[in-house]
Amino acid sequence: MATRKYLSALAAALAFVVLTACGSTDDSATVEEDSSSQSGTDQKEGESGADSKWFDQATYDEQDEQRDATFEGDPEKPYLQYIDSEMRDTAKFKSSGAKKACFANASISNPWRQTGWITMNQQLKVLQQQKVISEMETRDAKDDDNTQIADIDYFIKEGKCDIFIISPNSTAAMTPAVQRACDTGKPVVVFDRGVETDCATSYIHPIGGFAWGIDTADFLVGNLEKGDKVVALRILPGVDVLENRWAAADKIFEEEGIEAVDYFTGADPAEIKKIISDELAKGDVQGIWMDAGDGAVAAIEAFEDAGADLPVMTGEDEMSFLRKWEETKLTGLAPVYSNFQWRTPLLAAQKIFAGEEVPAEWVLPQVPITEEERSEFLGANEGMPDGHYAKFGGEDLPGYPEVWQKRQMP
Amino acid sequence: MSGIGTADAPATRRDALPEHHGSITRRFLGGLVTPGGAVFVLALVLFAAVVASNPAFGEPDRMVRFLARSAPIAIIAMGQYFVIVAGEFDLSMGAVIATQVVMAGNLIGQDDSRILPVLVAMLAVGVLVGLLNGMATTLLGVPSFIVTLGMMLALSGLVFYLTGGAATGNPTDNFRSIGRSGVEDVPVIDLLPYPLVILVVLAVFAVWLMRRPYGRTLIATGDNPSSAAVSGATVWWVKTRAFILSSMSSTVAGIILVGQAGVHPSVGQGYEFIAITAVVLGGVVLGGGRGWVLSAAAGAIALDLLFTLLNFREVPSTWRDTVQGVIIIAAVALSGRAWRSGNKLPRMLRRPEADPEPPIPPAVPPPATGSQSAGTP
Repeated sequence: MATRKYLSALAAALAFVVLTACGSTDDSATVEEDSSSQSGTDQKEGESGADSKWFDQATYDEQDEQRDATFEGDPEKPYLQYIDSEMRDTAKFKSSGAKKACFANASISNPWRQTGWITMNQQLKVLQQQKVISEMETRDAKDDDNTQIADIDYFIKEGKCDIFIISPNSTAAMTPAVQRACDTGKPVVVFDRGVETDCATSYIHPIGGFAWGIDTADFLVGNLEKGDKVVALRILPGVDVLENRWAAADKIFEEEGIEAVDYFTGADPAEIKKIISDELAKGDVQGIWMDAGDGAVAAIEAFEDAGADLPVMTGEDEMSFLRKWEETKLTGLAPVYSNFQWRTPLLAAQKIFAGEEVPAEWVLPQVPITEEERSEFLGANEGMPDGHYAKFGGEDLPGYPEVWQKRQMP
Repeated sequence: MSGIGTADAPATRRDALPEHHGSITRRFLGGLVTPGGAVFVLALVLFAAVVASNPAFGEPDRMVRFLARSAPIAIIAMGQYFVIVAGEFDLSMGAVIATQVVMAGNLIGQDDSRILPVLVAMLAVGVLVGLLNGMATTLLGVPSFIVTLGMMLALSGLVFYLTGGAATGNPTDNFRSIGRSGVEDVPVIDLLPYPLVILVVLAVFAVWLMRRPYGRTLIATGDNPSSAAVSGATVWWVKTRAFILSSMSSTVAGIILVGQAGVHPSVGQGYEFIAITAVVLGGVVLGGGRGWVLSAAAGAIALDLLFTLLNFREVPSTWRDTVQGVIIIAAVALSGRAWRSGNKLPRMLRRPEADPEPPIPPAVPPPATGSQSAGTP
């Protein structure tokens, strides 16, 4: 007994120290949300749902509306569609000849980014053939803010870039570097995660994390009863696009009386399996919510191995989930964080050098795959590896489908 | 050095020392306050805490399932033990697991006839990696920390190159059944999972190996390579075999994980540190020369019990890593303390006065607060 008392006292003391330390360093990860309601409430950090520092009612409402918005452009080319909004005049950038693009990439450390990276390179080939882009120099920051800042500064110093394309690693930390790129007077295109400056010629992104959270939580609420339990499997903390997904979903679960418990998994299937089997040992689980579909199969298998009823589940448009979903026939939804957005920055560059106007904030469609559409997407992506994303949007590009099947990256 | 922490543990009992001190009960209780024994107490305490949180966990079939799922980390902990007790580190374990898992996924695919050849290839890769690690460490004289770190990077890069970051998919269910199913219709526990069978077989093998001349030489080499060399041990080959044992344990863990978890490049990520933590928790001394192989396995199971306990206790996800880390540090600190204050134990647990080799007094006299330590009620 003395052992445990000693142990828990020590644990509590150390935990307190560590946590206090965390509270002060955490600010670097606090992005985007310093607007209005939640500013300055450090004490409430990390609370759930609407109290979370990642939650912002105005953005939530905006994205909620955008889910039903009309998109301009050809629905056959979703990567060029956008919600009608302020357009940026690019006449001053109009010039002929092949241009050099400089791409500062956050990383290719997950299957989603890898799939997009493959698509982007195939799109590049097309534009090179059309003599729009001469070459694209890419620097990969390997998920590190400092590396990416150095990468952007390197591009600026080198002075050979005709256009900067930036996929920021994190929002707040990358803002000054993006500003410096803007200050060169060259066009700057930012995509995926955002920054806190609107100096970029265009900021390209799908609707966003709150829309994902609303789509998925609404689906689960609609298929579950009040008081049912949902296990939320989250990849990692601190990334705004992921945190926003959970903040929105958690808020809805709370409002609708769904009991939700969340875990960080690192997308490791072994970890996911342990978590689910522990949860099933504790009691029934009726729903699974994921902030990204990577590892979904392990979650479903944990139910199979335990002999439990399959849950209502939201995954992602990753092939592994779509396949397992089809095989098990569970009640599910595949939300989409449109992977085809990786084509858009290069196409935006083409427009910019042609002097065509582009949306200042280029909001791409983000439509979940429903059970009715599942087989269509499975058929269209037959032979693709498990880590491929169904809405990758590169079917008309050279090298399709082999390049994606073999995941050939430069 | 010898005989202090290990005299209790049958596997590492030295023949040169007197066979026993005191009765079996006394030796058993005395053993519990050594770091290698304390980990079993820790595991039992954690187990009791888990059962208290969720009584269903105490049912035999649940326990068996739990042990089966802990099998991969218990196996790599034993593998890491061989390397650590020889005075080295193996940081390539996670990458070896990932390589094997991806190999299984990509090479076997849905073709049952390929299971055997690919299995042989996987084992060959395991041996090769261990051989390279061992030879670079011993013959080239590069610190094992660097060698195995380099191996980890090389293998991770290879996996990334081969898969483009995403594996093709899971291999055939027959191969996965090694990690996912077991012997059916067993009385009481219903299903005896294969991973548990593999774990038990490997544990018996490991204990046997450590009692063989090889095991004795390995510990002697870890304790003092020069004196081991002088007394006739081929140090490079002794250590290299430890590296081979380690990468083979990663290979076996990989085979099990293909079934348990599925094919994903992230499988195995961080396992080298889990294994090292488990080994340290098991009271094995970093730097080599002391420790019991089963304590390493018990350390791994204790770690997994802790994970489950946090799940059952619904510790918020944002807190989890902190709580886990703090408990691990506390546990290691405690077991170290328990060992050092072994001579302040109540009479019943103390070594007999007649002990020809009295416990080494602590280098620094224990502070006054030492009386609060674990062994004192």
